Amino acid sequence: MFLGIDYPTWWFLVVGGLFSGYAILDGFDFGAGAWHLFFRKEENRRIALNAIGPVWDGNEVWLVIGGGALFAGFPVMYATFFSSLYIPFMLFLLNIILRAIAIEFRGKEPMLWWRRTWDITYSVSSILLAFLLGVVIGNVLRGIQIGPDYQYQGDGFFEFLNPYALLTGFTTLTLFMVHGANYLLLKTEGRLYAKLQLLLKKGIIAFILSFAITTLYTLIFIEHLTVVFKENPVLFIVPVLVFLSVANIPRLASKRKYRAAFLFSSLVTALLMVIVALELYPQLLVSTIDDAYSISIYDAASSDQSLKIMLTIAVIGTPLVLGYTYFVYKTFAGKVKLDEHSY
Amino acid sequence: METEILARIQFAFTVAFHYIYPPLSIGIGLILVFFEGLYLKTKREKYHVLARFWTKIFALTFGIGVVTGIVMEFEFGTNWAVYSRYVGDVFGSALAAEGIFAFALESGFLGVLLFGWNRVKPWVHFVATIGVFLGSMFSAVWIVVANSWQQTPSGFHIVGEGLNARAEITDFWAMVFNPSSVERLLHVWLGAFLAGAFLVLSVHAYYLIKGRHIEVSKTAIKVALIIATVFSLGQLMTGHASAEGVSHNQPAKLAALEGHYPANEKADMYIFGWVNNETQEVTGLKVPGGLSFLLHQDFETPVIGLNSFSPEDRPKQVNAIFQFYHIMIAIGMFLIGFTVYASIQLYRKKLFDQKWLLFIMMWSVLLPQIANQVGWFAAEMGRQPWVVYGLLRTSDAFSQSVSENQILFSLILFFVIYALLFFLFIYLLNKKIQAGPHDDTKIQRNPNQEAYTQTLTQ
Repeated sequence: MFLGIDYPTWWFLVVGGLFSGYAILDGFDFGAGAWHLFFRKEENRRIALNAIGPVWDGNEVWLVIGGGALFAGFPVMYATFFSSLYIPFMLFLLNIILRAIAIEFRGKEPMLWWRRTWDITYSVSSILLAFLLGVVIGNVLRGIQIGPDYQYQGDGFFEFLNPYALLTGFTTLTLFMVHGANYLLLKTEGRLYAKLQLLLKKGIIAFILSFAITTLYTLIFIEHLTVVFKENPVLFIVPVLVFLSVANIPRLASKRKYRAAFLFSSLVTALLMVIVALELYPQLLVSTIDDAYSISIYDAASSDQSLKIMLTIAVIGTPLVLGYTYFVYKTFAGKVKLDEHSY
Repeated sequence: METEILARIQFAFTVAFHYIYPPLSIGIGLILVFFEGLYLKTKREKYHVLARFWTKIFALTFGIGVVTGIVMEFEFGTNWAVYSRYVGDVFGSALAAEGIFAFALESGFLGVLLFGWNRVKPWVHFVATIGVFLGSMFSAVWIVVANSWQQTPSGFHIVGEGLNARAEITDFWAMVFNPSSVERLLHVWLGAFLAGAFLVLSVHAYYLIKGRHIEVSKTAIKVALIIATVFSLGQLMTGHASAEGVSHNQPAKLAALEGHYPANEKADMYIFGWVNNETQEVTGLKVPGGLSFLLHQDFETPVIGLNSFSPEDRPKQVNAIFQFYHIMIAIGMFLIGFTVYASIQLYRKKLFDQKWLLFIMMWSVLLPQIANQVGWFAAEMGRQPWVVYGLLRTSDAFSQSVSENQILFSLILFFVIYALLFFLFIYLLNKKIQAGPHDDTKIQRNPNQEAYTQTLTQ
């Protein structure tokens, strides 16, 4: 116990915080990638790509850190979940690598077919990554077929593409596209900026629709996720805040307050993670076979001793990370200017 | 059984591929710190040119290191679920520390290192370079600590039984400073410095042979050769310390490294040889009692052999382990001989006139890479049949719920994509090398504007 909260819960917050950070950071660069083919001119594509140029690598490190934190704090969850969703995770890795290859390769030859090929690879992999992340979250929320001894007993890949996971996948994709458009607004000017404003509006409509459908679907079909909301109706304020924040984004963008707009789409991402955390806690992975096989944070957690050590590491490390993340973003603040180091 | 073999092949393949890149990043990082430090100190443009050039190559190795590294982390969970549950409590804190202290530092400052030349003051850029270098050094710390814990577990106790058994940490610092971590870390660091230094030597030797970028190349070779010489010699010491450690901590591994079977007799040391695991005979050139001498300074002292362990508790691939280990030693000896000789020639101002030396220098880039790879193969195969030495068998550690076909699918996937990635690496490396350092033209006052206008007119 620390400040009246037990260590597994603390670590649940840490992991949640790290994955929220990851979603906010890699979210905008996946989103920017998802829009990539909407830009027609070579120069615009380069500007859009270079908008994420200095930061996408660093953003992916948050995935490594988040994964490490999950491994460290909840090894049982990490092991069970990753081995159960074997194929989705392998596809995720494939796309992570393809996307990195595309970003690096694209600018190295001037031929049209060359750039077209990598443009498509970059954009499609960005879309799939956002979508797969959503599918993964959908399956965590809905639960998977965990049997005794944490062994997955389902049929694998196609089971994970269930309607609910497809919905959360689509919601995540549209969320990241809204977020990515906001980021690109920060980084562009002129006609590209104007075009992005239009795209942003379409993205917001798509997101609101899919978020609303997902919410309804959850309320109707997935009972175990709604318990916390039904018992504490005051928590309904979180989804309401999501709608309000989303609605605020086009207003801010049309007033050219793109920094605030970006903060709001970051907030929406964080709020959605809060909803996920509220729905799950204290479970990490629900068994759809029998509740007795579900993995809670207490089943999955490392020893208190270990969690204590890691919390110390996190307390020392996090301010450092935030410090130099801030420094990097400050260094590269403002509109993109292409130079000899650009992609 | 099949699943286990496939899972092992996949892990070995992906980690071996990954390990081409982090050592290069660490090694080039060190060189960058020298180049940029020398630039700030002397204000001579050639160091600036070199730092900028090698930053581009650093970016390449770093980028591939990150994406292939994500694969490694995921694979613990996807393919080695039992292992992950078993070691998570211990291994996890090392990994968490790696993420927070090392990766974040590295990647945070990487943007400034790569794209910040015209945006921040020179000393701020230097700080970023040091940050990236230190980050890469720290990440080696934590991953080697985790691996060393698998070799020589300490600071833990076992809780639970069967599939639910797991190691829980009792003493963080005993885990960090487990009996083998310090010497193995030094060995890994130095191996990485050599990988980087030899890449620099190779590229600039190539330029000299082609008669390009002559002035900066001579400077670069001087700096890199000093680093390579010092650390080749240093590697002798860390290597010896590692071997001595293995003799205390993992006698079965040591016996496999030298193909020493008799339970308790004096042990020979082979220069090269071939091990027949059936007849337990080694044919080759040996120093009788050499291993005994190396460990105990006496040619007759007995050393524990493979036959002291029951067959299921000792590695089976003795010949492979023996060969990997001896290739590493042979390369190490060659690197010492070569760097010392080249340094003497440099001191006598004759290095750059001898094309054959430059030719060897150009090709020797492969040697530290090979040594790093085979060294790890010897270390990991020598630990078998254990994944955590003496505690958890590899055959118990893989994911039970993943099928053969799934692994076969991912294995083929990795073969294909890594082939593409390797091709990309060679292609881009070659392109950057052919473009070369910008030493003939003065660095433009405002490259931003110029490149920007260029793209508009293209």
